[in-house]
Amino acid sequence: MNFLILGIILVIVAWFILTYNNFVNLRNRVKNAWAQIDVQLKRRYDLIPNIVETVKGYAKHEKEIFENIAELRAKAMGATSIKDIGESNNQITGTLKTLFAVAENYPELKANEEFLKLQEELTNTENKIAFSRQFFNDIVMNYNATQQKIPANLIAGMMNLKPEEYYPVDEAEKGPVKVQF
Amino acid sequence: MEKTIYELRDSNIRRTYLFLVIFSLILFGIGYFFVYEFNWGTTGLIILALFIIFYNIITYVNSDKIALASVGAIPADPNEYQVLHNVVEEIAIAAGIQKPKVYIMNELQPNAFATGRNPTNASICVTTGLLSMMNREELQGVVAHEMSHIRNYDIFLMTVIGIVVGLIIILRSVALRGMWFGMGERRRNRDSGGGGNIIAIIGLVLAIIAPLLVIIIRAAISRQREYLADATGAYIVRDPYGLASALKKIGDYKKPMKTATDATAHMFISNPFAGERLLATHPPVKDRIKRLMSLTV
Repeated sequence: MNFLILGIILVIVAWFILTYNNFVNLRNRVKNAWAQIDVQLKRRYDLIPNIVETVKGYAKHEKEIFENIAELRAKAMGATSIKDIGESNNQITGTLKTLFAVAENYPELKANEEFLKLQEELTNTENKIAFSRQFFNDIVMNYNATQQKIPANLIAGMMNLKPEEYYPVDEAEKGPVKVQF
Repeated sequence: MEKTIYELRDSNIRRTYLFLVIFSLILFGIGYFFVYEFNWGTTGLIILALFIIFYNIITYVNSDKIALASVGAIPADPNEYQVLHNVVEEIAIAAGIQKPKVYIMNELQPNAFATGRNPTNASICVTTGLLSMMNREELQGVVAHEMSHIRNYDIFLMTVIGIVVGLIIILRSVALRGMWFGMGERRRNRDSGGGGNIIAIIGLVLAIIAPLLVIIIRAAISRQREYLADATGAYIVRDPYGLASALKKIGDYKKPMKTATDATAHMFISNPFAGERLLATHPPVKDRIKRLMSLTV
């Protein structure tokens, strides 16, 4: 009988430790995934002035877009919550698309070596932002779902864990492409 | 979704180790027969065991280099192949693994493969033909397919198969040489027969086994695995169109690869021999595209 009680206690303790550590791991993965987005966003903030300068050299009349981008960039850099950062960056994505569409009208700009290099770099950064956001949201979903499940939610409550915010997805980007399994 | 991928990865790892252990034991059995036949005693057995163990370890650690060297791949220059490097980096972020090393193969046929033993020791190699033919989305699709092989530990299984095939080829040549050696012995000393004949039989058996192994490899790298890597790749980039369009271009290219051999064919994204064959390592491109497109809702 004593052994039975001891066994039950041991199982509960083991479950507690495993669940606790699992939450610690998940929390670190969320942090790590966010750090990845953050790196890419910083890279984007650095690239924008360069690309704007290069385009300005050929397309002086597109003042409105340049001002718009500068404004959005400042707003994004000043944002603190994931929601605000995400939303202002999604707006930047849209404006950059317009910028590159405008650049199409200037053949000399399109032939500029420096511009092409910056364009590739920006494409690279844009893709990385999109992919790291996707990865971040996958991990957040896993983290939040694990917190809500019985009986792990007891430990989540003890650890005072809160569901993490998702990185907002641009409505315009949600195209018809949906992959399901 | 996520869970099944992890389960799949774990079962891949388990099965690969099992495969390695079983083959090592079979080889040890064959070796034991030699040792017994020649009365090499315990020392012979220890040397044999050590040889098999060290061979496994050394090949395991260097497998990616061996595979890359055997097809003449060289590291891709980060300046010259900037777009390729960027794409690999992007997909690695999407797949949540380290950026693999990037190699390039001077070959007109559009093709690609991944090798290594785990996601931290992995390489992706593409042909120059692939780079010149594909746009960015298509390249993304192909790289995502290879990234799935890395993340699912398919590359680990391929590595181990390489190890085993290599070992059998070594033993075969040893046995065949022993056969000639044995015949010479017999000519000099007609009374001590036996040994030479048995080695001859083993040599012959191994000579027959080697081509059979090619079929085993093809069974192991089942077509299902390619379909799965297509689907996982499409999921990683959330876009099946890039890979589908790349596969179409690859399928339309009908010339075989210069360096295609049975030993390396199973690694590539599409059959390097070109043209559909019986017992091919890869499912027909048409079917793969059809399945990819059916993923879209």
